[in-house]
Amino acid sequence: MNIAKLKNEWFGNVRGDILAGIVVALALIPEAIAFSIIAGVDPMVGLYASFCIAVVIAFVGGRPGMISAATGAMALLMVTLVAEHGLEYLLAATILTGIIQIVIGFSKLSVLMKFIPRSVMVGFVNALAILIFMAQIEHFQGESWIMYALVALTLFIIYLFPKVSKAVPSTLVAIIIVSALAIFMSFDVRTVGDMGALPDTLPIFLIPDIPLTWETLTIIFPYALALSIVGLLESLLTASIVDDMTDTDSDKDKECRGQGYANVVSGFFGGMAGCAMIGQSVINVKSGGAGRLSALVAGVFLIFLILVLGNLVVQIPMAALAGVMIMVSISTFDWNSIKMMPRIPKTDTTVMLVTVATVVITHDLSKGVFAGVILSAIFFAAKISKVKITSSMIGTQKVYQVNGQLFFASVTDFTKGFDFNEDVEQVKIDLSAAHVWDDSAVEAIEKVKSKFEQKHIKVKLTGLNQESSNLMNKLDGLSGH
Amino acid sequence: MYKKVLLAADGSEHSYRSAEHAIALVEGKEEGHIDIIYVVDGSKSKSDVLQYGNSELIQHKRKEKLSAIEKKLQAHNVTYELHIEHGEPGPSIVKFANNGEYDCVVLGSRGLNQLQTMVLGSVSHKVAKRVNCPVMIVK
Repeated sequence: MNIAKLKNEWFGNVRGDILAGIVVALALIPEAIAFSIIAGVDPMVGLYASFCIAVVIAFVGGRPGMISAATGAMALLMVTLVAEHGLEYLLAATILTGIIQIVIGFSKLSVLMKFIPRSVMVGFVNALAILIFMAQIEHFQGESWIMYALVALTLFIIYLFPKVSKAVPSTLVAIIIVSALAIFMSFDVRTVGDMGALPDTLPIFLIPDIPLTWETLTIIFPYALALSIVGLLESLLTASIVDDMTDTDSDKDKECRGQGYANVVSGFFGGMAGCAMIGQSVINVKSGGAGRLSALVAGVFLIFLILVLGNLVVQIPMAALAGVMIMVSISTFDWNSIKMMPRIPKTDTTVMLVTVATVVITHDLSKGVFAGVILSAIFFAAKISKVKITSSMIGTQKVYQVNGQLFFASVTDFTKGFDFNEDVEQVKIDLSAAHVWDDSAVEAIEKVKSKFEQKHIKVKLTGLNQESSNLMNKLDGLSGH
Repeated sequence: MYKKVLLAADGSEHSYRSAEHAIALVEGKEEGHIDIIYVVDGSKSKSDVLQYGNSELIQHKRKEKLSAIEKKLQAHNVTYELHIEHGEPGPSIVKFANNGEYDCVVLGSRGLNQLQTMVLGSVSHKVAKRVNCPVMIVK
């Protein structure tokens, strides 16, 4: 890393980065609080996490201009861990998540991302949007009509205030107006203060209070693994979006390691695991943020606001927060995927829907991704296992033209394509439009050959490409023919 | 009178009709030239990355969207250049137009109803207000 590049990443866009950082900090606060509530911990945990992650990523991330903090995707994965074992185990899992991500970053495994089909990624964001929306429904239970009215008012302001001014984030305006209304009219509604403690000091370094035993590891490891995968998935997806928006490239392995360092720090300072956020990163770039400075400003300004204005923040009604979260879920959902449905292959749509359904049923994004990847692998194998065999008679010679990929899934169709009872002198199998992939394929070709030879028909193989004939020779030698 | 024209296009039916008008302005002129600008905003970036993933495919798909317009320009023997910009459509077009010396900016109106215009805003309106050269809005 040369100094000039580093200097440009930090100070190439000071004014834009500071302004965008402030806008992002304001937009981060309600989300950090709401995601803490989803995870079942005090708002403090999400706010500390957002502060630590944003600040650490500013220094070690691979994608300047991207915003990372406490996120919904991660919060949703922690719910059972927090409910069954408590906060200390969550902090330990957060640190372990970071360590796993650092290992993944150093082993340059981010290339594996390309094996995750697009339809699974679309399913991922859609499922995330649905889960964030569903998490808001419980806030309505047992509430009066005031709750509904305040949520409606919040959404109304969020979507229409930008017509008046775009300088101030409309979510902030909505929260201020709805909070003021609730306070002055003394509505009896639940507030952020009812959901748990807010920070009144800067976070301090603490080692999670857990027994360092094998049993602890077996409890936190599955959560940490799911958190690492989901965190990196969303982070790398966000990085690609920021790459495209800014027309620049970024170091994905460095970003993986950066996410890891950020989570380790977050866990030691009392924060939950987080990752990059699509929505916030888009807001950042749109507001003029492009460098590392914007993430740093966002983190520092966020904690400053909470420490100074904490006693106002506790009075924000949950209705305002629920309204903001409904907007977040609407903008997270990939509406384009609904519009495109008639035009894309049915198998892609099936993979997307299975991913969404798995997540909505299990409340676990990593399981949805897993199900989606497996299903699309099956679809892919089924699609390419179609082998076409055409035949023609040339004199006394029968020519079989094989078209397709020969591997374990396609050998049955391959063998069926030949007529062994025909009365011919010689058979030519033309493999110039085929590819031999594994020993099942080699074996199937040998089987076809010997079946013809049993009937005293000569067999000639032609058109094998280099790779295929190498494999044939290698495996032939092994089986001792 | 019109030699260098900026055509704002997004591959839609509206932008195709705008292209026809842009061609009519410069066709047959010796120094006639059309710059096509296609602006990709944040939500478009998000949906394209989700749908296509790798950036080469995204670039290819974006150019493909404009291929009908390109063919039309080629058929009329008009020299042109394609520019893909990132940002909010309105301000990006304005900035691009005011940085180059264009004789005219041609863009389509999306044909939204009053409510949609209120919520989404009118790109053509903003451009017409802030661009320094003549603007042709194709309805």
